[in-house]
Amino acid sequence: MRKPTLISAAGALIVLSLTTLSLAQDQQVRALRMEPVDAPNRLGPDFKWEGVEGRMQRNYRQQPPLIPHSISQYQIDTRTNQCLSCHDWTKAGERNAPTLSMTHYLDRDGTELDHIAGTRYFCNQCHVPQADVPALVVNTFEPSSPNVR
Amino acid sequence: MTLSDSRRTFLKATAAAATASAAGIPLASGPASAQLAPPDIRWDKAPCRFCGTGCTVLVGTKEGRVVATQGDPQAEVNRGLNCVKGYFLSKIMYGEDRLTQPLLRKTNGAYDKDGDFEPVTWDEAFDLMAQKWKAALAAKGPTSVGMFGSGQWTVWEGYAASKLMKAGFRSNNIDPNARHCMASAVVGFMRSFGIDEPMGCYDDLEAADTFVLWGSNMAEMHPILWSRLTDTRLTKPGCEVHVLSTFEHRSFELADNGMVFKPQTDLAILNYIANHIIETGRVNEDFVSKHVNITKTATDIGFGLRPDNPLQLAAANPNSGELTPIDFDVYAASVAEYTLDKVAELSCVPADQLERLAEQYADPDRKVMSLWTMGFNQHTRGGWVNSLCYNIHLLTGKISEPGNSPFSLTGQPSACGTAREVGTFSHRLPADMVVTNPEHRARAEELWQLPEGTIPDKVGFHAVEQNRALHDGLINAYWVQCNNNMQAAPNLNEEGYPGYRNPENFAVVSDAYPTVTAMSADLILPAAMWVEKEGCYGNAERRTQVWRQQVHAPGEAKSDLWQLMEFSKRFAIEEVWSEDLLAKMPEARGKTLYDVLFANGTVDAFPMSETAGGFPNDDAEHFGFYVQKGLFEEYAAFGRGHGHDLAPFEMYHEARGLRWPVVDGKETRWRFREGSDPYVEAGSEVQFYGYKDNKAKIIFAPYEAPPEAPDDEFNLWLCTGRVLEHWHSGSMTRRVPELHRAFPLAVVFMHPEDAKARDLRHGQEIMISTRRGEVRSKLATKGRNKVPQGLVFMPWFDEGQLTNKLTLDATCPLSKQTDFKKCACKVERA
Repeated sequence: MRKPTLISAAGALIVLSLTTLSLAQDQQVRALRMEPVDAPNRLGPDFKWEGVEGRMQRNYRQQPPLIPHSISQYQIDTRTNQCLSCHDWTKAGERNAPTLSMTHYLDRDGTELDHIAGTRYFCNQCHVPQADVPALVVNTFEPSSPNVR
Repeated sequence: MTLSDSRRTFLKATAAAATASAAGIPLASGPASAQLAPPDIRWDKAPCRFCGTGCTVLVGTKEGRVVATQGDPQAEVNRGLNCVKGYFLSKIMYGEDRLTQPLLRKTNGAYDKDGDFEPVTWDEAFDLMAQKWKAALAAKGPTSVGMFGSGQWTVWEGYAASKLMKAGFRSNNIDPNARHCMASAVVGFMRSFGIDEPMGCYDDLEAADTFVLWGSNMAEMHPILWSRLTDTRLTKPGCEVHVLSTFEHRSFELADNGMVFKPQTDLAILNYIANHIIETGRVNEDFVSKHVNITKTATDIGFGLRPDNPLQLAAANPNSGELTPIDFDVYAASVAEYTLDKVAELSCVPADQLERLAEQYADPDRKVMSLWTMGFNQHTRGGWVNSLCYNIHLLTGKISEPGNSPFSLTGQPSACGTAREVGTFSHRLPADMVVTNPEHRARAEELWQLPEGTIPDKVGFHAVEQNRALHDGLINAYWVQCNNNMQAAPNLNEEGYPGYRNPENFAVVSDAYPTVTAMSADLILPAAMWVEKEGCYGNAERRTQVWRQQVHAPGEAKSDLWQLMEFSKRFAIEEVWSEDLLAKMPEARGKTLYDVLFANGTVDAFPMSETAGGFPNDDAEHFGFYVQKGLFEEYAAFGRGHGHDLAPFEMYHEARGLRWPVVDGKETRWRFREGSDPYVEAGSEVQFYGYKDNKAKIIFAPYEAPPEAPDDEFNLWLCTGRVLEHWHSGSMTRRVPELHRAFPLAVVFMHPEDAKARDLRHGQEIMISTRRGEVRSKLATKGRNKVPQGLVFMPWFDEGQLTNKLTLDATCPLSKQTDFKKCACKVERA
């Protein structure tokens, strides 16, 4: 009993998507939202956080590197900062992980420190992991350096 | 290719390049050429496009495009740091779906409210728009036209819009989206101090001993200020961080004392702290007797709902902000009922934690900085709760000095600069003046060189009322600029959407991207954004920042300023002004609104030659004069000598912003304090000069319950808010793939036990609903937010989910700001 229901639901979804698509083609413009503002919404496909081997190329030199792994279980608080257990300069070599940028060992006044600056303590203010979802819309940004992308 | 091969190839190429370079041979291309090329990027400063922190970034442009951005090391606010959104600013203008031409709903070549969007020329767009405005004005008068603006408008855009609406169309129906964000803070400042905006500044983040977050998740919403606060907490011995919220969020990671309280009980907690200070004999009596008046506010004031709502009808004193002077003993007796035990029970915060918090304020040896954002402001008692926080700072004299600082954080980049200082609210004029005060109107009319009686004396429709007025057909010609209010305003299903689609109405939306607001309109106008125009923002610490245009806008997109001023050319003054007003200014006859408002000898006083060489300035070029400087100077005249002094225009192009009042080229860090604020008279030490008697007000207000609480059917609290990776409705950040991938979908955070009781699990698709609507979403029982049982949190950035189909349009009756933090919902299997 279960299976046919599922199939017909999937069929209905395909019909629905095709209708939306043809509507979208009629319009000169469309929002990121798939459905009209006053219509019930659907969710996009499921996604995962993991899945990138190695590092992700920066768009430009000043961009903070993206995190190529999941950090969902990472603890960062006044007791511990789990990111530092691999990425601090004291650990990065043995953990085969990228070392923090040396800018992260300068305090607000530019004084050199041996430990991470307090201003940089919460890594996830700048560094974020990436889900394996497609872009909602193409971004036509072009970096300055011909080497990149 | 293996990694080591790749490295070898790279090293060879680098060596070749180095050899060639040493031999003076230019290398045209190759992997190493970028390293050797002379600098070909032009770097210039601009404030960040996002929040009210006001970081300065350096914008790198090359061949007419932005190619990089970085934190500005010379900026006092951020010293080279940005948050993840700031670091990706370079991409926000380059979504492929940028709007590049006006789009009008048409069927068979003619305008049709139910037609599809088709490209039209600016002339056709403005012709129809002007026709609709003139028809509305002729049929129902100035109250039938309206405008919804933004705390993301530049200062001169907001100023031009306000002038066009209030003096041109003679309608006060202009309000900014800052109404959703800062209005309660404004009410708090105006009632407690008689003058708007914080007395302290960001320097307090290094000077305080204790930080208390009242309904603010700074870790996500003001990351750079949070990084400064974190640095102080981690490096200053004895420093403490106290965090209060209705759920546990990222800011709790730094908390020494994290407190989750039952929604609305912050009112009681603040009164308990006042009671604790009084009972333990730690009132700063000298300060209170010299600098403070004590009052109580009218109670049972309703919830800003429609007047026929039963809850409004039941209120004894709907919308009353009346203050009654009381003496200290009456005040002490009023807070006496807020005992530790009673408030611990009401708020569900353990007594020892409340006492530890109260001691921070009571202890005369600790400097305390209180910080708040939407938890206080989006509150049906938002005006009250702001003042209750000032009460405890005033009782102890912990105010207006380094580290002792009640500090209202701002959500938007120019909520202070454009919405508040310029006065784009439906009740305001520049420099804290209001339309209901005849002296204030006279001053504005004088500076605008307009006849007495031009500005209407009645407060216009505020944000929430505008949607109701569209729904009811009271506003028929409506223009939205620089915000996404279909997504941002409460109760979309019952008010916002039916309002825009009401067949009686013509709705125009100016935006850079096809937002849901644009898609709900009848005419879409393509807008230039951020560094595609010269601009000016004012941040949360009174810092005014100016930037130059760096690149051109795509296609036919134009700045909001261009749009406002060009539109004004389409109105003969006789079409908008009454005969008796014209009789007072006969020289205006035969002129256009543009001539009267903008070609007035002040706005057009500065020639093109004063603009900077090497930078485009499309607006100045179009109008033939330095329009931004002209508008700035006319506007600055309102505040100079009146406590809001701005520096000469050119100084802002040099400095990384300056904090007003700027007198004799010197900025002000702590207002009301002798030696720091030039307006304080010698010998007075502290002077709250917003009020004529130089005293601030303690305003007692009691705990009162919210309008809608969970019941048997809608059995959970719904709290809405933001996430670090997205700015507001996500119209810019969701077009940056890296930011989209960092938080791709809005989720509903729920306690694991609540999920279990509903037979739901983490990651499952769910339906969340309220009395007003339903939205399909995904459940999260783990992740960055840990909500208590009985409450769910849902961000509103995701236009796929439109969280504001759920929210209730109840407001603070004084500030008219919506409470987006509390209503009743249920969550079920989808």
